[in-house]
Amino acid sequence: MESSMKEQEEVLILAIESSCDETAAAVVKNGRTVLSNIINSQIDIHTLYGGVVPEIASRKHIENINPVINMALKEANVTLDDITAIAVTYGPGLVGALLVGVAEAKAIAFAKNKPLVGVHHIEGHISANYIEHPELEPPFAALVVSGGHTHLVMVNDYGDYEIIGRTRDDAAGEAFDKVARAVGLGYPGGPKIDKLAKEGNPHAIEFPRAHVEDSPYDFSFSGIKSAVLNYINQCEMKNEEINKADLVASFQNAVVDALVSRAMMLVKERNIDKLAIAGGVASNSALREALSSACEENGIKYYSPSPKLCTDNAAMIGAAGYYDYIKGVRHGFDLNAVPNLKLGERI
Amino acid sequence: MRILAIESSAVTASVAILTDDTLTAEYTINYKKTHSQTLLPMIDEICDMTDVKPDEFDVVAVSTGPGSFTGLRIGVATGKGIALATGIKMAAVPTLDAMAMNMYGTGKLICAVMDARRQHLYNNIFFFDENNRLCRCREQSLDSYDQLAAELNGLNRDVIFVGDGINAAREYFDKYLTCKYEYAPAHMTTQRAGSVAMLAMQMAAENKLVDADDVKPDYLRPSQAEREFAQKKEPK
Repeated sequence: MESSMKEQEEVLILAIESSCDETAAAVVKNGRTVLSNIINSQIDIHTLYGGVVPEIASRKHIENINPVINMALKEANVTLDDITAIAVTYGPGLVGALLVGVAEAKAIAFAKNKPLVGVHHIEGHISANYIEHPELEPPFAALVVSGGHTHLVMVNDYGDYEIIGRTRDDAAGEAFDKVARAVGLGYPGGPKIDKLAKEGNPHAIEFPRAHVEDSPYDFSFSGIKSAVLNYINQCEMKNEEINKADLVASFQNAVVDALVSRAMMLVKERNIDKLAIAGGVASNSALREALSSACEENGIKYYSPSPKLCTDNAAMIGAAGYYDYIKGVRHGFDLNAVPNLKLGERI
Repeated sequence: MRILAIESSAVTASVAILTDDTLTAEYTINYKKTHSQTLLPMIDEICDMTDVKPDEFDVVAVSTGPGSFTGLRIGVATGKGIALATGIKMAAVPTLDAMAMNMYGTGKLICAVMDARRQHLYNNIFFFDENNRLCRCREQSLDSYDQLAAELNGLNRDVIFVGDGINAAREYFDKYLTCKYEYAPAHMTTQRAGSVAMLAMQMAAENKLVDADDVKPDYLRPSQAEREFAQKKEPK
Protein backbone atom coordinates (compact mmCIF):
# COMPACT_ATOMS: atom_id res chain seq x y z
CA MET A 1 0.00 0.00 0.00
CA GLU A 2 1.38 3.38 -1.05
CA SER A 3 0.54 5.00 2.27
CA SER A 4 2.34 2.43 4.44
CA MET A 5 5.38 4.69 4.82
CA LYS A 6 3.29 7.56 6.06
CA GLU A 7 1.30 5.36 8.38
CA GLN A 8 4.41 4.45 10.31
CA GLU A 9 4.92 8.07 11.25
CA GLU A 10 2.93 9.52 14.07
CA VAL A 11 0.24 11.73 12.60
CA LEU A 12 -1.47 14.09 15.03
CA ILE A 13 -4.63 15.78 13.82
CA LEU A 14 -6.15 18.80 15.53
CA ALA A 15 -9.83 18.56 14.64
CA ILE A 16 -12.49 21.26 14.92
CA GLU A 17 -16.27 20.76 14.65
CA SER A 18 -18.96 23.46 14.78
CA SER A 19 -21.65 22.31 12.35
CA CYS A 20 -24.61 22.56 14.72
CA ASP A 21 -24.86 23.36 18.43
CA GLU A 22 -21.69 21.77 19.76
CA THR A 23 -18.35 23.59 19.74
CA ALA A 24 -15.78 20.83 19.75
CA ALA A 25 -12.05 20.27 19.34
CA ALA A 26 -9.94 17.14 19.64
CA VAL A 27 -6.45 15.80 19.11
CA VAL A 28 -6.36 12.36 17.48
CA LYS A 29 -3.29 10.21 16.86
CA ASN A 30 -3.11 8.09 13.70
CA GLY A 31 -6.87 8.22 13.23
CA ARG A 32 -7.67 5.85 16.06
CA THR A 33 -6.28 7.11 19.36
CA VAL A 34 -8.06 10.04 20.98
CA LEU A 35 -5.68 12.19 23.04
CA SER A 36 -8.38 14.72 23.88
CA ASN A 37 -12.01 15.31 22.98
CA ILE A 38 -13.51 18.56 24.25
CA ILE A 39 -17.19 19.29 23.63
CA ASN A 40 -18.94 22.47 24.66
CA SER A 41 -22.65 21.75 24.27
CA GLN A 42 -25.17 24.55 23.96
CA ILE A 43 -28.16 22.32 24.51
CA ASP A 44 -29.40 24.19 27.60
CA ILE A 45 -29.68 27.44 25.66
CA HIS A 46 -31.49 25.92 22.68
CA THR A 47 -33.89 24.00 24.92
CA LEU A 48 -35.38 27.40 25.81
CA TYR A 49 -36.39 27.81 22.18
CA GLY A 50 -37.53 24.23 21.55
CA GLY A 51 -34.78 23.53 19.03
CA VAL A 52 -31.46 24.73 17.70
CA VAL A 53 -31.51 28.43 16.77
CA PRO A 54 -28.82 28.86 14.09
CA GLU A 55 -27.88 32.47 14.92
CA ILE A 56 -27.56 31.75 18.64
CA ALA A 57 -25.48 28.64 17.88
CA SER A 58 -23.13 30.72 15.73
CA ARG A 59 -22.78 33.37 18.44
CA LYS A 60 -21.89 30.76 21.02
CA HIS A 61 -19.35 29.13 18.70
CA ILE A 62 -17.34 32.33 18.28
CA GLU A 63 -17.27 32.83 22.07
CA ASN A 64 -16.29 29.27 22.90
CA ILE A 65 -14.00 28.21 20.11
CA ASN A 66 -10.62 29.43 21.40
CA PRO A 67 -10.99 28.05 24.95
CA VAL A 68 -12.22 24.73 23.52
CA ILE A 69 -9.23 24.40 21.16
CA ASN A 70 -6.77 25.41 23.88
CA MET A 71 -8.28 22.86 26.24
CA ALA A 72 -8.01 20.12 23.58
CA LEU A 73 -4.30 20.89 23.08
CA LYS A 74 -3.66 21.08 26.81
CA GLU A 75 -5.46 17.86 27.64
CA ALA A 76 -3.57 16.06 24.86
CA ASN A 77 -0.38 17.53 26.30
CA VAL A 78 0.74 18.83 22.91
CA THR A 79 1.34 22.20 21.29
CA LEU A 80 0.38 23.31 17.80
CA ASP A 81 4.00 22.64 16.78
CA ASP A 82 3.42 18.92 17.41
CA ILE A 83 0.30 18.86 15.23
CA THR A 84 0.65 17.36 11.74
CA ALA A 85 -2.50 18.81 10.16
CA ILE A 86 -5.69 20.70 10.98
CA ALA A 87 -9.01 19.03 10.15
CA VAL A 88 -12.32 20.86 10.18
CA THR A 89 -15.94 20.05 9.40
CA TYR A 90 -16.98 22.11 6.36
CA GLY A 91 -20.40 20.55 5.74
CA PRO A 92 -23.14 19.59 5.92
CA GLY A 93 -24.63 21.70 8.70
CA LEU A 94 -25.75 25.21 9.61
CA VAL A 95 -23.80 27.60 7.40
CA GLY A 96 -23.22 30.30 10.03
CA ALA A 97 -22.11 27.73 12.56
CA LEU A 98 -19.82 25.90 10.12
CA LEU A 99 -18.15 29.17 9.08
CA VAL A 100 -16.83 29.84 12.58
CA GLY A 101 -14.94 26.55 12.70
CA VAL A 102 -13.81 26.82 9.08
CA ALA A 103 -12.47 30.39 9.49
CA GLU A 104 -10.71 29.49 12.75
CA ALA A 105 -9.17 26.30 11.34
CA LYS A 106 -7.96 28.05 8.20
CA ALA A 107 -6.37 30.84 10.27
CA ILE A 108 -4.54 28.33 12.48
CA ALA A 109 -3.36 26.36 9.44
CA PHE A 110 -2.15 29.62 7.86
CA ALA A 111 -0.40 30.94 10.97
CA LYS A 112 1.35 27.63 11.76
CA ASN A 113 1.91 26.61 8.14
CA LYS A 114 0.09 23.29 8.60
CA PRO A 115 -1.91 21.32 6.01
CA LEU A 116 -5.66 21.90 6.12
CA VAL A 117 -8.14 19.06 5.60
CA GLY A 118 -11.87 19.78 5.21
CA VAL A 119 -13.96 16.90 6.53
CA HIS A 120 -17.51 15.79 5.77
CA HIS A 121 -19.56 15.72 8.96
CA ILE A 122 -21.21 12.38 8.18
CA GLU A 123 -17.89 10.77 7.27
CA GLY A 124 -16.88 11.89 10.74
CA HIS A 125 -19.85 10.15 12.34
CA ILE A 126 -19.05 6.92 10.49
CA SER A 127 -15.37 7.22 11.45
CA ALA A 128 -16.27 7.40 15.15
CA ASN A 129 -16.40 3.62 14.82
CA TYR A 130 -12.67 3.49 13.97
CA ILE A 131 -11.92 5.05 17.34
CA GLU A 132 -14.05 2.61 19.29
CA HIS A 133 -13.15 -0.49 17.27
CA PRO A 134 -9.45 -0.72 16.33
CA GLU A 135 -10.11 -3.88 14.29
CA LEU A 136 -12.79 -2.33 12.08
CA GLU A 137 -11.69 -1.80 8.50
CA PRO A 138 -13.59 -1.24 5.26
CA PRO A 139 -15.53 -2.59 3.53
CA PHE A 140 -18.58 -2.40 5.79
CA ALA A 141 -22.14 -1.12 5.75
CA ALA A 142 -23.04 1.92 7.86
CA LEU A 143 -26.36 3.26 9.06
CA VAL A 144 -26.12 6.98 9.85
CA VAL A 145 -29.02 8.40 11.84
CA SER A 146 -29.13 11.84 13.39
CA GLY A 147 -31.26 14.95 13.74
CA GLY A 148 -30.34 16.05 10.23
CA HIS A 149 -29.39 12.86 8.42
CA THR A 150 -30.61 9.35 7.69
CA HIS A 151 -28.29 7.48 5.36
CA LEU A 152 -27.57 3.89 4.54
CA VAL A 153 -24.01 3.80 3.24
CA MET A 154 -21.47 1.35 1.90
CA VAL A 155 -17.97 2.22 3.09
CA ASN A 156 -16.01 0.55 0.31
CA ASP A 157 -12.64 1.88 1.46
CA TYR A 158 -11.28 4.67 3.63
CA GLY A 159 -12.74 7.86 2.20
CA ASP A 160 -14.79 5.93 -0.38
CA TYR A 161 -18.50 6.15 0.41
CA GLU A 162 -21.43 4.93 -1.63
CA ILE A 163 -24.87 6.14 -0.61
CA ILE A 164 -27.34 3.25 -0.85
CA GLY A 165 -30.40 4.79 0.77
CA ARG A 166 -31.46 8.10 2.25
CA THR A 167 -34.52 9.73 3.69
CA ARG A 168 -36.91 11.34 1.24
CA ASP A 169 -38.31 13.75 3.82
CA ASP A 170 -37.63 14.07 7.55
CA ALA A 171 -34.47 12.72 9.14
CA ALA A 172 -35.13 10.08 11.81
CA GLY A 173 -34.02 12.42 14.59
CA GLU A 174 -36.25 15.17 13.23
CA ALA A 175 -39.26 12.82 13.46
CA PHE A 176 -38.30 12.06 17.07
CA ASP A 177 -38.16 15.77 17.89
CA LYS A 178 -41.50 16.51 16.22
CA VAL A 179 -43.31 13.63 17.89
CA ALA A 180 -41.78 14.53 21.27
CA ARG A 181 -43.06 18.08 20.84
CA ALA A 182 -46.57 16.84 19.91
CA VAL A 183 -46.69 14.62 22.97
CA GLY A 184 -45.39 17.43 25.16
CA LEU A 185 -42.04 15.87 26.04
CA GLY A 186 -40.01 18.85 24.85
CA TYR A 187 -36.57 19.14 23.29
CA PRO A 188 -34.40 17.21 22.61
CA GLY A 189 -36.94 14.57 21.67
CA GLY A 190 -34.69 11.55 21.10
CA PRO A 191 -33.49 10.81 24.65
CA LYS A 192 -36.90 11.67 26.13
CA ILE A 193 -38.78 9.30 23.83
CA ASP A 194 -36.14 6.63 24.40
CA LYS A 195 -36.70 6.84 28.16
CA LEU A 196 -40.50 6.97 28.14
CA ALA A 197 -40.77 4.20 25.52
CA LYS A 198 -39.21 1.77 27.98
CA GLU A 199 -42.44 1.97 30.00
CA GLY A 200 -44.73 1.43 26.99
CA ASN A 201 -45.86 -1.38 24.71
CA PRO A 202 -44.17 -1.05 21.31
CA HIS A 203 -46.97 -3.04 19.66
CA ALA A 204 -49.87 -1.11 21.20
CA ILE A 205 -50.48 0.92 18.05
CA GLU A 206 -49.56 -0.14 14.51
CA PHE A 207 -48.03 2.78 12.63
CA PRO A 208 -47.26 2.49 8.90
CA ARG A 209 -43.79 1.52 7.68
CA ALA A 210 -43.49 3.73 4.65
CA HIS A 211 -41.81 2.31 1.56
CA VAL A 212 -40.50 4.50 -1.18
CA GLU A 213 -41.52 3.16 -4.53
CA ASP A 214 -38.68 1.89 -6.75
CA SER A 215 -36.16 2.76 -4.02
CA PRO A 216 -36.24 -0.09 -1.53
CA TYR A 217 -33.37 1.38 0.47
CA ASP A 218 -34.79 4.88 0.89
CA PHE A 219 -36.53 6.00 4.05
CA SER A 220 -39.59 8.16 4.68
CA PHE A 221 -40.44 9.28 8.17
CA SER A 222 -42.94 12.06 7.60
CA GLY A 223 -45.68 9.45 7.09
CA ILE A 224 -45.02 7.84 10.46
CA LYS A 225 -44.86 11.25 12.08
CA SER A 226 -48.19 12.29 10.48
CA ALA A 227 -49.82 9.03 11.58
CA VAL A 228 -48.77 9.79 15.16
CA LEU A 229 -50.14 13.33 14.95
CA ASN A 230 -53.41 12.05 13.43
CA TYR A 231 -53.69 9.47 16.19
CA ILE A 232 -53.31 12.21 18.83
CA ASN A 233 -55.94 14.36 17.09
CA GLN A 234 -58.41 11.48 16.86
CA CYS A 235 -58.01 10.66 20.54
CA GLU A 236 -58.52 14.29 21.46
CA MET A 237 -61.68 14.49 19.35
CA LYS A 238 -63.05 11.37 20.98
CA ASN A 239 -61.95 12.64 24.39
CA GLU A 240 -59.91 9.49 24.89
CA GLU A 241 -56.89 9.68 27.11
CA ILE A 242 -53.63 8.92 25.35
CA ASN A 243 -51.20 6.44 26.82
CA LYS A 244 -48.07 8.44 26.02
CA ALA A 245 -45.69 5.61 26.85
CA ASP A 246 -47.50 3.21 24.47
CA LEU A 247 -47.68 5.90 21.81
CA VAL A 248 -43.98 6.78 21.80
CA ALA A 249 -42.96 3.14 22.16
CA SER A 250 -45.04 2.26 19.09
CA PHE A 251 -43.69 5.22 17.15
CA GLN A 252 -40.12 4.37 18.06
CA ASN A 253 -40.72 0.76 17.10
CA ALA A 254 -41.95 1.81 13.65
CA VAL A 255 -38.85 3.97 13.08
CA VAL A 256 -36.45 1.32 14.38
CA ASP A 257 -38.13 -1.31 12.22
CA ALA A 258 -37.73 0.83 9.10
CA LEU A 259 -34.05 1.39 9.85
CA VAL A 260 -33.16 -2.17 10.82
CA SER A 261 -35.02 -3.86 7.96
CA ARG A 262 -33.21 -1.83 5.29
CA ALA A 263 -29.81 -2.24 6.94
CA MET A 264 -30.30 -6.02 7.03
CA MET A 265 -31.48 -6.06 3.43
CA LEU A 266 -28.26 -4.32 2.39
CA VAL A 267 -25.82 -6.57 4.24
CA LYS A 268 -27.55 -9.66 2.89
CA GLU A 269 -27.74 -8.46 -0.69
CA ARG A 270 -24.12 -7.26 -0.79
CA ASN A 271 -22.93 -10.20 1.28
CA ILE A 272 -21.29 -7.90 3.82
CA ASP A 273 -20.38 -9.24 7.25
CA LYS A 274 -19.94 -5.92 9.09
CA LEU A 275 -22.48 -3.23 10.00
CA ALA A 276 -21.74 -0.03 11.89
CA ILE A 277 -24.11 2.62 13.16
CA ALA A 278 -23.37 6.28 13.67
CA GLY A 279 -24.95 9.64 14.44
CA GLY A 280 -26.88 11.12 17.35
CA VAL A 281 -29.84 8.72 17.02
CA ALA A 282 -27.38 5.81 17.16
CA SER A 283 -27.40 6.31 20.92
CA ASN A 284 -31.10 5.32 21.00
CA SER A 285 -31.24 2.16 23.10
CA ALA A 286 -34.08 0.48 21.19
CA LEU A 287 -32.25 0.96 17.89
CA ARG A 288 -29.00 -0.38 19.33
CA GLU A 289 -30.72 -3.46 20.77
CA ALA A 290 -32.71 -4.20 17.62
CA LEU A 291 -29.68 -3.83 15.34
CA SER A 292 -27.42 -5.83 17.57
CA SER A 293 -29.84 -8.76 17.80
CA ALA A 294 -30.63 -8.64 14.07
CA CYS A 295 -26.88 -8.77 13.36
CA GLU A 296 -26.41 -11.64 15.77
CA GLU A 297 -29.21 -13.63 14.12
CA ASN A 298 -27.62 -13.13 10.72
CA GLY A 299 -24.01 -13.72 11.72
CA ILE A 300 -22.97 -10.12 11.09
CA LYS A 301 -20.48 -8.25 13.23
CA TYR A 302 -22.13 -5.19 14.71
CA TYR A 303 -20.22 -2.00 15.56
CA SER A 304 -21.42 1.04 17.45
CA PRO A 305 -19.62 3.98 19.02
CA SER A 306 -20.23 4.74 22.68
CA PRO A 307 -22.91 7.43 23.20
CA LYS A 308 -20.30 10.16 23.72
CA LEU A 309 -18.90 9.49 20.26
CA CYS A 310 -22.40 9.31 18.72
CA THR A 311 -23.24 12.94 19.41
CA ASP A 312 -21.41 15.64 17.50
CA ASN A 313 -17.74 15.71 18.51
CA ALA A 314 -14.38 16.55 17.02
CA ALA A 315 -12.63 13.23 17.73
CA MET A 316 -14.65 11.65 14.91
CA ILE A 317 -13.58 14.50 12.61
CA GLY A 318 -9.98 13.79 13.62
CA ALA A 319 -10.44 10.11 12.70
CA ALA A 320 -11.99 10.89 9.30
CA GLY A 321 -9.48 13.71 8.78
CA TYR A 322 -6.58 11.35 9.35
CA TYR A 323 -7.65 9.01 6.54
CA ASP A 324 -8.32 11.98 4.25
CA TYR A 325 -4.88 13.37 5.12
CA ILE A 326 -3.19 10.04 4.38
CA LYS A 327 -4.99 9.93 1.03
CA GLY A 328 -3.60 13.37 0.20
CA VAL A 329 -6.73 15.48 0.66
CA ARG A 330 -5.72 19.14 1.14
CA HIS A 331 -7.80 22.30 1.17
CA GLY A 332 -6.76 25.88 0.45
CA PHE A 333 -7.30 29.12 2.36
CA ASP A 334 -10.40 29.71 0.24
CA LEU A 335 -12.18 26.69 1.76
CA ASN A 336 -15.81 27.64 2.30
CA ALA A 337 -18.57 26.10 4.40
CA VAL A 338 -20.88 23.93 2.28
CA PRO A 339 -24.15 23.55 4.20
CA ASN A 340 -25.58 20.86 1.90
CA LEU A 341 -22.38 18.97 1.15
CA LYS A 342 -23.17 15.50 -0.19
CA LEU A 343 -21.54 12.40 1.19
CA GLY A 344 -18.61 11.32 -0.94
CA GLU A 345 -18.51 14.73 -2.64
CA ARG A 346 -15.30 16.76 -2.65
CA ILE A 347 -15.24 20.54 -2.99
CA MET B 1 5.23 47.05 16.36
CA ARG B 2 3.55 45.16 13.54
CA ILE B 3 -0.24 44.95 13.43
CA LEU B 4 -2.38 42.77 11.18
CA ALA B 5 -5.85 44.29 10.79
CA ILE B 6 -8.96 42.52 9.50
CA GLU B 7 -12.22 44.15 8.44
CA SER B 8 -15.19 42.11 7.18
CA SER B 9 -18.22 43.70 8.82
CA ALA B 10 -20.12 44.31 5.59
CA VAL B 11 -19.65 43.75 1.84
CA THR B 12 -16.11 45.16 1.99
CA ALA B 13 -13.27 42.74 2.73
CA SER B 14 -10.15 44.59 3.82
CA VAL B 15 -6.85 43.55 5.38
CA ALA B 16 -3.84 45.67 6.29
CA ILE B 17 -0.41 45.57 7.89
CA LEU B 18 0.69 48.55 9.95
CA THR B 19 4.42 48.47 10.70
CA ASP B 20 5.12 51.16 13.30
CA ASP B 21 4.18 54.37 11.48
CA THR B 22 3.97 52.85 8.03
CA LEU B 23 0.95 51.22 6.46
CA THR B 24 3.04 48.61 4.66
CA ALA B 25 0.04 46.89 3.08
CA GLU B 26 -3.66 47.44 2.60
CA TYR B 27 -5.87 45.31 0.38
CA THR B 28 -9.55 46.11 0.01
CA ILE B 29 -12.15 44.37 -2.11
CA ASN B 30 -15.60 45.87 -2.30
CA TYR B 31 -17.36 43.14 -4.19
CA LYS B 32 -19.99 40.59 -3.29
CA LYS B 33 -17.74 37.51 -3.00
CA THR B 34 -18.04 35.69 0.32
CA HIS B 35 -15.50 36.69 2.97
CA SER B 36 -14.95 33.04 3.74
CA GLN B 37 -13.30 32.64 0.35
CA THR B 38 -11.51 36.01 0.09
CA LEU B 39 -10.28 37.09 3.52
CA LEU B 40 -7.54 34.58 4.32
CA PRO B 41 -6.17 34.45 0.76
CA MET B 42 -5.94 38.27 0.95
CA ILE B 43 -4.01 38.07 4.24
CA ASP B 44 -1.74 35.42 2.74
CA GLU B 45 -1.13 37.68 -0.25
CA ILE B 46 -0.16 40.82 1.71
CA CYS B 47 2.14 38.79 3.96
CA ASP B 48 3.78 37.31 0.88
CA MET B 49 4.07 40.69 -0.86
CA THR B 50 5.71 42.33 2.16
CA ASP B 51 7.87 39.35 3.21
CA VAL B 52 6.14 38.97 6.56
CA LYS B 53 5.63 35.59 8.21
CA PRO B 54 2.46 35.01 10.24
CA ASP B 55 4.48 34.70 13.45
CA GLU B 56 6.00 38.16 12.96
CA PHE B 57 2.90 40.08 14.06
CA ASP B 58 2.67 41.64 17.51
CA VAL B 59 -1.07 42.30 17.43
CA VAL B 60 -4.01 41.11 15.37
CA ALA B 61 -6.81 43.67 15.16
CA VAL B 62 -10.37 42.86 14.17
CA SER B 63 -13.33 45.03 13.38
CA THR B 64 -15.88 43.82 15.94
CA GLY B 65 -19.07 45.31 14.59
CA PRO B 66 -21.81 46.13 14.30
CA GLY B 67 -22.45 44.71 10.85
CA SER B 68 -23.31 41.50 9.05
CA PHE B 69 -23.46 38.80 11.74
CA THR B 70 -21.78 36.20 9.58
CA GLY B 71 -19.25 38.63 8.10
CA LEU B 72 -18.20 39.74 11.57
CA ARG B 73 -17.77 36.17 12.74
CA ILE B 74 -15.60 35.24 9.76
CA GLY B 75 -13.27 38.17 10.48
CA VAL B 76 -13.24 37.64 14.23
CA ALA B 77 -12.68 33.86 13.94
CA THR B 78 -9.84 34.50 11.48
CA GLY B 79 -8.23 36.92 13.93
CA LYS B 80 -8.79 34.61 16.88
CA GLY B 81 -7.27 31.67 15.01
CA ILE B 82 -4.14 33.64 14.15
CA ALA B 83 -3.87 34.94 17.73
CA LEU B 84 -4.34 31.44 19.15
CA ALA B 85 -1.69 30.01 16.86
CA THR B 86 0.90 32.73 17.48
CA GLY B 87 0.09 33.62 21.08
CA ILE B 88 -0.34 37.34 20.43
CA LYS B 89 -2.87 39.79 21.85
CA MET B 90 -5.81 41.20 19.96
CA ALA B 91 -7.31 44.63 19.46
CA ALA B 92 -11.11 44.66 19.37
CA VAL B 93 -11.86 47.72 17.25
CA PRO B 94 -15.45 48.98 16.96
CA THR B 95 -16.34 49.10 13.25
CA LEU B 96 -18.03 52.51 13.30
CA ASP B 97 -15.06 54.10 15.09
CA ALA B 98 -12.72 52.76 12.42
CA MET B 99 -15.00 54.15 9.69
CA ALA B 100 -14.94 57.57 11.37
CA MET B 101 -11.11 57.42 11.31
CA ASN B 102 -11.37 57.61 7.51
CA MET B 103 -12.32 61.29 8.02
CA TYR B 104 -9.28 62.09 10.16
CA GLY B 105 -8.96 65.72 11.20
CA THR B 106 -12.29 67.05 9.97
CA GLY B 107 -13.91 69.83 11.99
CA LYS B 108 -17.38 68.50 11.22
CA LEU B 109 -19.37 65.90 13.07
CA ILE B 110 -18.89 62.47 11.54
CA CYS B 111 -21.90 60.22 11.37
CA ALA B 112 -20.93 56.61 10.56
CA VAL B 113 -23.90 54.63 9.25
CA MET B 114 -24.27 50.98 8.30
CA ASP B 115 -27.35 49.51 6.70
CA ALA B 116 -29.16 47.41 9.31
CA ARG B 117 -32.17 46.77 7.01
CA ARG B 118 -35.81 47.46 7.87
CA GLN B 119 -35.25 51.25 7.64
CA HIS B 120 -32.66 51.09 10.43
CA LEU B 121 -29.01 52.08 10.68
CA TYR B 122 -26.21 50.97 12.96
CA ASN B 123 -24.70 54.34 13.72
CA ASN B 124 -22.62 56.59 15.89
CA ILE B 125 -21.65 60.26 15.85
CA PHE B 126 -18.02 61.35 16.30
CA PHE B 127 -15.80 64.41 16.28
CA PHE B 128 -12.05 65.06 16.38
CA ASP B 129 -10.93 67.09 19.41
CA GLU B 130 -8.24 69.83 19.41
CA ASN B 131 -5.53 67.12 19.48
CA ASN B 132 -7.18 65.40 16.52
CA ARG B 133 -8.20 62.48 18.66
CA LEU B 134 -11.36 60.63 17.65
CA CYS B 135 -14.16 61.09 20.23
CA ARG B 136 -17.61 59.60 20.43
CA CYS B 137 -20.57 61.94 21.01
CA ARG B 138 -22.45 59.01 22.53
CA GLU B 139 -22.58 55.20 22.52
CA GLN B 140 -23.17 53.43 19.21
CA SER B 141 -26.74 52.37 18.56
CA LEU B 142 -29.30 50.90 16.20
CA ASP B 143 -31.84 53.55 15.18
CA SER B 144 -34.51 54.07 12.56
CA TYR B 145 -33.87 56.63 9.82
CA ASP B 146 -36.25 59.08 11.46
CA GLN B 147 -34.70 58.71 14.93
CA LEU B 148 -31.22 59.44 13.61
CA ALA B 149 -32.37 62.31 11.38
CA ALA B 150 -34.19 63.90 14.31
CA GLU B 151 -31.08 63.60 16.47
CA LEU B 152 -28.83 65.21 13.83
CA ASN B 153 -31.36 67.97 13.16
CA GLY B 154 -31.42 68.64 16.90
CA LEU B 155 -27.61 68.92 17.06
CA ASN B 156 -27.74 71.32 14.11
CA ARG B 157 -24.05 71.01 13.24
CA ASP B 158 -22.26 70.31 9.97
CA VAL B 159 -22.27 66.56 9.45
CA ILE B 160 -20.35 64.30 7.12
CA PHE B 161 -21.71 60.79 6.60
CA VAL B 162 -19.55 57.72 6.05
CA GLY B 163 -20.58 54.14 5.42
CA ASP B 164 -22.82 51.94 3.30
CA GLY B 165 -25.86 53.18 5.23
CA ILE B 166 -25.70 56.26 2.99
CA ASN B 167 -26.96 54.34 -0.02
CA ALA B 168 -29.82 52.88 1.98
CA ALA B 169 -30.94 56.11 3.67
CA ARG B 170 -29.92 58.77 1.15
CA GLU B 171 -33.44 59.39 -0.12
CA TYR B 172 -34.76 59.75 3.43
CA PHE B 173 -31.94 62.03 4.56
CA ASP B 174 -32.26 64.27 1.51
CA LYS B 175 -35.91 64.74 2.31
CA TYR B 176 -35.82 65.19 6.08
CA LEU B 177 -32.40 66.49 7.20
CA THR B 178 -32.43 70.19 8.04
CA CYS B 179 -28.80 70.42 9.26
CA LYS B 180 -25.92 70.96 6.84
CA TYR B 181 -24.61 67.60 5.67
CA GLU B 182 -22.60 65.87 3.00
CA TYR B 183 -21.66 62.33 2.02
CA ALA B 184 -18.06 61.12 2.06
CA PRO B 185 -16.65 60.28 -1.39
CA ALA B 186 -16.14 56.66 -2.46
CA HIS B 187 -12.50 56.39 -1.34
CA MET B 188 -13.34 57.48 2.22
CA THR B 189 -16.71 55.89 2.82
CA THR B 190 -16.01 52.16 2.81
CA GLN B 191 -14.56 50.21 5.72
CA ARG B 192 -10.76 50.12 5.59
CA ALA B 193 -8.51 47.77 7.53
CA GLY B 194 -5.91 50.58 7.57
CA SER B 195 -8.23 52.60 9.81
CA VAL B 196 -8.79 49.55 12.02
CA ALA B 197 -5.02 49.21 12.35
CA MET B 198 -4.60 52.90 13.31
CA LEU B 199 -7.08 52.55 16.16
CA ALA B 200 -5.42 49.27 17.19
CA MET B 201 -2.08 51.08 17.45
CA GLN B 202 -3.75 53.62 19.73
CA MET B 203 -5.26 50.81 21.83
CA ALA B 204 -1.85 49.16 22.15
CA ALA B 205 -0.36 52.43 23.42
CA GLU B 206 -3.16 52.67 25.99
CA ASN B 207 -2.86 49.05 27.18
CA LYS B 208 -6.28 48.20 25.81
CA LEU B 209 -5.29 45.00 24.02
CA VAL B 210 -7.18 41.86 25.01
CA ASP B 211 -6.80 38.07 25.06
CA ALA B 212 -8.13 36.26 22.01
CA ASP B 213 -10.44 34.21 24.27
CA ASP B 214 -12.35 37.36 25.19
CA VAL B 215 -12.93 38.78 21.71
CA LYS B 216 -16.41 38.48 20.25
CA PRO B 217 -18.47 40.52 17.81
CA ASP B 218 -20.59 43.39 19.07
CA TYR B 219 -23.78 42.81 17.08
CA LEU B 220 -25.91 45.62 18.55
CA ARG B 221 -28.91 43.50 17.69
CA PRO B 222 -30.11 40.32 19.40
CA SER B 223 -30.95 37.34 17.18
CA GLN B 224 -34.51 37.17 15.88
CA ALA B 225 -35.28 34.23 18.19
CA GLU B 226 -34.11 36.23 21.22
CA ARG B 227 -36.19 39.25 20.18
CA GLU B 228 -39.31 37.13 19.76
CA PHE B 229 -38.65 35.33 23.03
CA ALA B 230 -38.32 38.65 24.90
CA GLN B 231 -41.55 39.91 23.34
CA LYS B 232 -43.45 36.83 24.44
CA LYS B 233 -42.27 37.28 28.01
CA GLU B 234 -43.36 40.90 28.18
CA PRO B 235 -46.87 41.33 29.62
CA LYS B 236 -49.34 42.64 27.07
